[in-house]
Amino acid sequence: MLKQKPSALPLRYAVIIGAVGGLGALLFAVAGGLGQSSVTAQDFVNLQEGNNPHLGFRRAHAKGFCIAGEFVSNGSLQPYSIAPQFAATSTPFVGRISIAGNNPTAPDLNAPVRSLALSFGAGSSRWLTAMNTPPVMAVGTPEAFYQQIQALSPDPETGERNPERIQAFFATHPETQTFRNWQAGYTPTASFASEIYHSINAFYLINENGDRQAVRWAAMPTISSNEELDSENVNALQNEFFARVEAQPVAFDLTFTFANDSDDETNPTVLWPEDRQQVVAGQIVVHQAMPENEGNCNEINFDPLVLPKGMAATADPILRARSAAYAESYRRRAREHFLNSSLQPSPQKESENSQ
Amino acid sequence: MSQPTTYNLSARVMHWGMAFLLFSMLFAGLAMVQSLQPWHLTLLGLHKSFGVIALIAVMVRLIIRLRTATPAMPDSIPALQKRIAHASHWLLYAAMFAMPLSGYFMQNAAGRPVAVFDLFTLPAVMPVSLPLYGFFREVHALVAWALIALVLVHIAAALHHGLVKRDGVLQSMTGRKK
Ligand code: HEM
Ligand code: HEM
Ligand code: HEM
Repeated sequence: MLKQKPSALPLRYAVIIGAVGGLGALLFAVAGGLGQSSVTAQDFVNLQEGNNPHLGFRRAHAKGFCIAGEFVSNGSLQPYSIAPQFAATSTPFVGRISIAGNNPTAPDLNAPVRSLALSFGAGSSRWLTAMNTPPVMAVGTPEAFYQQIQALSPDPETGERNPERIQAFFATHPETQTFRNWQAGYTPTASFASEIYHSINAFYLINENGDRQAVRWAAMPTISSNEELDSENVNALQNEFFARVEAQPVAFDLTFTFANDSDDETNPTVLWPEDRQQVVAGQIVVHQAMPENEGNCNEINFDPLVLPKGMAATADPILRARSAAYAESYRRRAREHFLNSSLQPSPQKESENSQ
Repeated sequence: MSQPTTYNLSARVMHWGMAFLLFSMLFAGLAMVQSLQPWHLTLLGLHKSFGVIALIAVMVRLIIRLRTATPAMPDSIPALQKRIAHASHWLLYAAMFAMPLSGYFMQNAAGRPVAVFDLFTLPAVMPVSLPLYGFFREVHALVAWALIALVLVHIAAALHHGLVKRDGVLQSMTGRKK
């Protein structure tokens, strides 16, 4: 074996420490956000869950219930997509109806946004979609959406929203105009069954030739409901829906709107003009509704980027941002359920009794 | 028969190929779980596909390891240190299996198909369950950090042998000129 010069020894140790330390430091820095843009998935979910997270619940759309039923496709999308859901057949689904917000006991009727999420099929033909009542997003990037939530959140000191901050936000974000117009003209209905739920983000349908068609979709109600609900009852909408499904199935027409070349499918803040081709792909028929602890929707992360063959995501920055944020919220609530098996997914049974 | 002085070629190719793959997987994993950028979807797809490759690779590697002679460590190394070195190798194997398996299982528990480069989809071997997802998701993160710690110590030891002790241990993996 070679005898080494003793003077070289410190240098050799320096190489070892430099190499190992450098690699360790780099891994640590990447884990700590090196190379990330200003807002990370963790920042987003921290903001959404607030200072007192509701353990075990979704950090957004925390209050909801499970539904089950079938999508009865009429086959009219078959020329545009090879997804098996669009053949003239019926596909069972599991879904979830919810209201926006991080509070699992929030009063139904105060929620600004209502939602419908669906999961159809398995394996490479699985399709998940989470839809909301507004037809557009107020802003077009996750960073701006983060600022929007910050601006709309109540001030931690006063507990009130700060109108000046909200004004300032909208003033610097003219792209919010379409959303605000919708908001001004929207009257919530008296049932989850009579709302329109929009995909908001656009996706591509892909047919067997590989042709892509940009689309948005919406679940359109088949009934209307304006009856008075008990505004004191925090579960007014849930109770109404459970009673309704008990009596007869609730149906929505799943309607696709096709973009033209002039439409920007990556911008969720703009509405496409009214004259765009619309295709009704079939009916979403809800046969059952059950509390989360009795259904099997709570274990689903309705990540909108889980798409079957025959559909693909557009480059819409909001759409792309949703996946990582949903995964972070999913991770947190799943960990809480693993660590505490007595966590109940849904408190609505108790609150029903306490009315 | 005397033991060889180097790992055989297949073991060395697997070692260096997997070292590169695993570092890429670690960096990709740590970066993608934070990112809200459009590349998240692409990187996640690659992470899962290459993760399955890593699982197949470590199975092949274990078979090679069990079926070929490994070089004897130099006599200058005390017996206890040899045992620790061996134990650390088996811990590295444990982590190399636990990473892709926990990744695969967590996707099963989430009800999400694991597609490998759009070529084929792995079957689900685990029921869909929120607490199970919680378990495997945390295992995936914890074992990742355990693997990082092990590998850093491993590299420090390898370089110590190669640069300071110069006892041929580093060359047993880099190969030596005949
Ligand atoms: C960057 C934008 C967005 C972020 C960061 C975000 C964040 C989240 C998070 C963290 C969850 C909880 C996920 C879980 O734990 O399973 C969630 C649920 C949900 N989001 Fe979003 N969201 C965004 C945009 C949208 C848009 C555009 C829509 C509508 C089209 C939407 C509809 C929903 C619905 C319906 C749910 C509830 C799904 C369920 O019932 O599990 N979100 N969102
Ligand atoms: C040697 C193999 C693998 C390594 C070294 C590895 C490493 C990692 C790391 C370091 C993270 C980030 C964890 C965190 O910061 O919390 C991660 C996340 C992830 N890994 Fe892996 N992984 C491997 C294999 C797999 C496989 C085979 C799959 C699935 C088929 C997988 C699926 C995932 C997913 C889905 C995430 C993100 C989870 C989330 O969004 O919350 N990984 N991985
Ligand atoms: C992810 C990274 C790495 C992993 C998982 C890993 C794993 C292993 C394993 C399991 C062995 C035992 C032999 C076998 O069965 O193949 C080994 C041996 C070895 N590795 Fe690594 N290694 C990594 C990176 C490195 C690096 C970067 C170096 C060099 C600086 C290195 C140097 C060595 C040496 C010299 C040996 C032979 C040691 C002996 O037989 O006592 N390894 N490695």
